[in-house]
Amino acid sequence: MMVVGIDLVSIARIAESVATFGDKFLARVFTAGELAYARAKPDSLAARFAAKEATKKALQLDGVGWNEIEVVRRPSGACELQLHGAARAAADAIGATDLALSLSHEDNYATAIVVARCEKA
Amino acid sequence: MSENVGKIRSILKEHGRLTKDAESLEESADLYQAGMTSHASVNVMLALEGEFDVEFPDSMLKRSSFESISAISSVITELTAGK
Repeated sequence: MMVVGIDLVSIARIAESVATFGDKFLARVFTAGELAYARAKPDSLAARFAAKEATKKALQLDGVGWNEIEVVRRPSGACELQLHGAARAAADAIGATDLALSLSHEDNYATAIVVARCEKA
Repeated sequence: MSENVGKIRSILKEHGRLTKDAESLEESADLYQAGMTSHASVNVMLALEGEFDVEFPDSMLKRSSFESISAISSVITELTAGK
């Protein structure tokens, strides 16, 4: 069966978290690769946070770290998901394949949608 | 325990973005129903880590860990046990 997850995030709230908690927030939620691209871009950080939450919803992941769900940006600008650690294991356990991701942001909000094929969901 | 609950209420008031007053919310009330978003729960977690000098392992980053004041209190008790 196909599964889907969507999330919507306020860009200003993500910027607030960065201002309040600094590197503690960034390191806890994002990977080094994500930060290399998006550290100074609140809209891109917000879109990535939305992608992580959308992935959790689509695959019904619970008890996994946000930085175990990574948004990888291809040279073309297209983004895809890579799962690590407990997130990878949980996705494998339900037979999740063909994860597809789309991100968008405009003015105040960022959103992400994740679709996957899931053999055992 | 009750001292912890007071600190948890203060953190929820500051970071939880609840639509209800964290000071008067029942300990069993569903915080997500009270307006806490997944993003706000990250802020709550980071504030709890600072307040109680603990670190939430990934395995405790469950929706259920943050679903109520009593759930948060139980997790804090577990994390601070043996300190």
